[in-house]
Amino acid sequence: MNFVIPAFAPAIPEMVLLAMASFILVADTIWSKRYQFATYYATQISLLVAGYFIMTSFATTQVITFDGSFVRDSFADILKLFIILVSLGIFLFSKEYLLQQKFFSGEYFVLGLFGVLGMFVMVSAHNFITLYLGLEIMSLSMYAMIALRRDSGAAVEAAMKYFVLGALATGILLYGFSMIYGATGSITLPEIAKIIDSGKADTVVLSFGVVFIVIGLAFKLGAVPFHMWMPDVYHGAPTAVTLYLGTAPKIAGFAILYRLLAEGMPGLVSDWQTLIIILSVLSMIVSAFVAIVQENLKRMLAYSGIGHVGFLLLGVLAANPDGYASAMFYSIVYAITGVAGFGMIIALSRTGNEFDKIADFKGLNARNPWLAFMMLIVMFSMAGIPPFIGFFAKVIVIEEVVKAGFIWIAVIAVITAVISAFYYLRVVKAIYFDKVEDETPLTPVSSELNWAVSLVSIALLVLGLMPSSLIELSYQSIGVQ
Amino acid sequence: MTFEQFIFYVLAAMAVVSGFMVITVRNPVKAALWLVLAFISTAGVWIMAQAEFLGLVLILVYVGAVMVLFLFVVMMLDINLAKLKEGFTRYLSLGAIAAIATFGMMYMVLGPAHFGLEVTGAPVVHGPDYSNTAAIAVPLYTTHAYAFVLAAVLLLVGIVAAIALTIRRRAPKEVLYQNIDKQVKTQASDRLRMVKMEAVVEKDLPEKEEESK
Repeated sequence: MNFVIPAFAPAIPEMVLLAMASFILVADTIWSKRYQFATYYATQISLLVAGYFIMTSFATTQVITFDGSFVRDSFADILKLFIILVSLGIFLFSKEYLLQQKFFSGEYFVLGLFGVLGMFVMVSAHNFITLYLGLEIMSLSMYAMIALRRDSGAAVEAAMKYFVLGALATGILLYGFSMIYGATGSITLPEIAKIIDSGKADTVVLSFGVVFIVIGLAFKLGAVPFHMWMPDVYHGAPTAVTLYLGTAPKIAGFAILYRLLAEGMPGLVSDWQTLIIILSVLSMIVSAFVAIVQENLKRMLAYSGIGHVGFLLLGVLAANPDGYASAMFYSIVYAITGVAGFGMIIALSRTGNEFDKIADFKGLNARNPWLAFMMLIVMFSMAGIPPFIGFFAKVIVIEEVVKAGFIWIAVIAVITAVISAFYYLRVVKAIYFDKVEDETPLTPVSSELNWAVSLVSIALLVLGLMPSSLIELSYQSIGVQ
Repeated sequence: MTFEQFIFYVLAAMAVVSGFMVITVRNPVKAALWLVLAFISTAGVWIMAQAEFLGLVLILVYVGAVMVLFLFVVMMLDINLAKLKEGFTRYLSLGAIAAIATFGMMYMVLGPAHFGLEVTGAPVVHGPDYSNTAAIAVPLYTTHAYAFVLAAVLLLVGIVAAIALTIRRRAPKEVLYQNIDKQVKTQASDRLRMVKMEAVVEKDLPEKEEESK
């Protein structure tokens, strides 16, 4: 058999990450005793190096290698760069949190790095097998990261729930893959699209497979009615891991949604569009009402995350390149806002006080006016109040839905956005108007955290004042293909 | 019915029955043994379909290694079954309805209408010199090399996760660790110290001590 060695160059970022993660895994056992933060710095440097390689070889055209199992295009590169950016923030916040909560260990960073590798593989997946393997590498790292804190019953329970439900979702997803493979006889995404368009495949089997694939993805993304794990896992996991779970994987999740539905099965749009509409509308409605009664901020942010997934799906259900671009923009904005939100909880938490209840934020303005203002920015951005970036994210997905002709969905989206503004403003009210006896000044445990959380929050404002470059980036990267 | 079909139906029936027994028998050790039977009959079906390499690997890996390990775990953990089975009958009716409905819908799709012999055609019959092993191995190491490496990474993550979650770093006082570097590098001078001491000269005991008391 003739076999040509494939081009390895497009996959350099992945190879760098894998090599560095493997190196750190071994090196950590040697250097962690003498230099406590060596693993942390090595992790951040690996991310920067991977980012550097993406920047220097930025893909302007589509490059497919490894016999159609890997794709490199500007869509993948932009999402990877944002995954790196978000992960840098995640590890920055995690370091201090892990020290405070006394479970600082090299495994956290190694598993986190492997998770980022999994996300890269997902973003660049071009056939079912690599897509599945990327998803599993990411999920497996996350299950373990949640349970790393073994003395916490809530964390172990959260890991268990996530593991069992995640395994179920994976099973459902794979079953869907096998159906599509059974009908088309191919696992490479564009080939599947071609066979579906040619009308040779059995339509009943195809739509059966699509249902399973969409359900599996909805599980992973946490869309209603497959969202039951999200609040428990976000609440039970240590905040640093919640920060990880709730941000970068959503970008990767959007990427596989796009790859599967838009690149792999554009011919089945009538089948999956209805499913996405149901998921999106239910997610927005359920999150708007259930988040109102939450007392725990992490739980509230979990429900708010479900709502954000609903909004993200709005762009997908428009089923045209502009719609996907708006969803891509939304996923990036959502990840950055998530870093700011969970980062704020980490910045204010300290040994013995998680600072994750809304009651903890009472009278924050009297205790630390600067961080109170930063929290106001984060909450306003999540609620979608101009001029913050969250506003533009919501506006453009709703715009795309209206353009696609689903006026009633846009109306529901606007109404739920208004309702959900209530629970974000409730936090702001607690910060500025609630009185609290303990008015001792409250500062983050390290100035590094203070800087980081301020930087991310101000970024939300700055991006909101000039959102056009980021929006253009998303539209161009999808339009190029 | 040909002889091949007869064997296939026997094996398939064994797989279904043993699968059903896995989830219904009370004793977990017996359930594991039923699972072994399910694996063996599935391996038989694969061998019937001329995928003899997969069939043998299934027996070697799953029956020979995984299930034996699993049996050890089940026997060592001694799980309280009465507690696990609580609520089984409570959800039985609802679960049964859901299962039957799902099965019915799946049958409509997976039944003969879409996957029958008329649709897919009869399976290809390979000659005696056809190597199933080579047919799997060549794509695995060539076209799917990327996925193969990723699967290895997945296993590595699994190992890291399992060790990170189970290792217990006990206090050095509790357990004595060997420091092999130190042991190897040890020189005689580290262990043995020559001490120059003054010669001891016995003094006379004070004689009048008792009297003074």
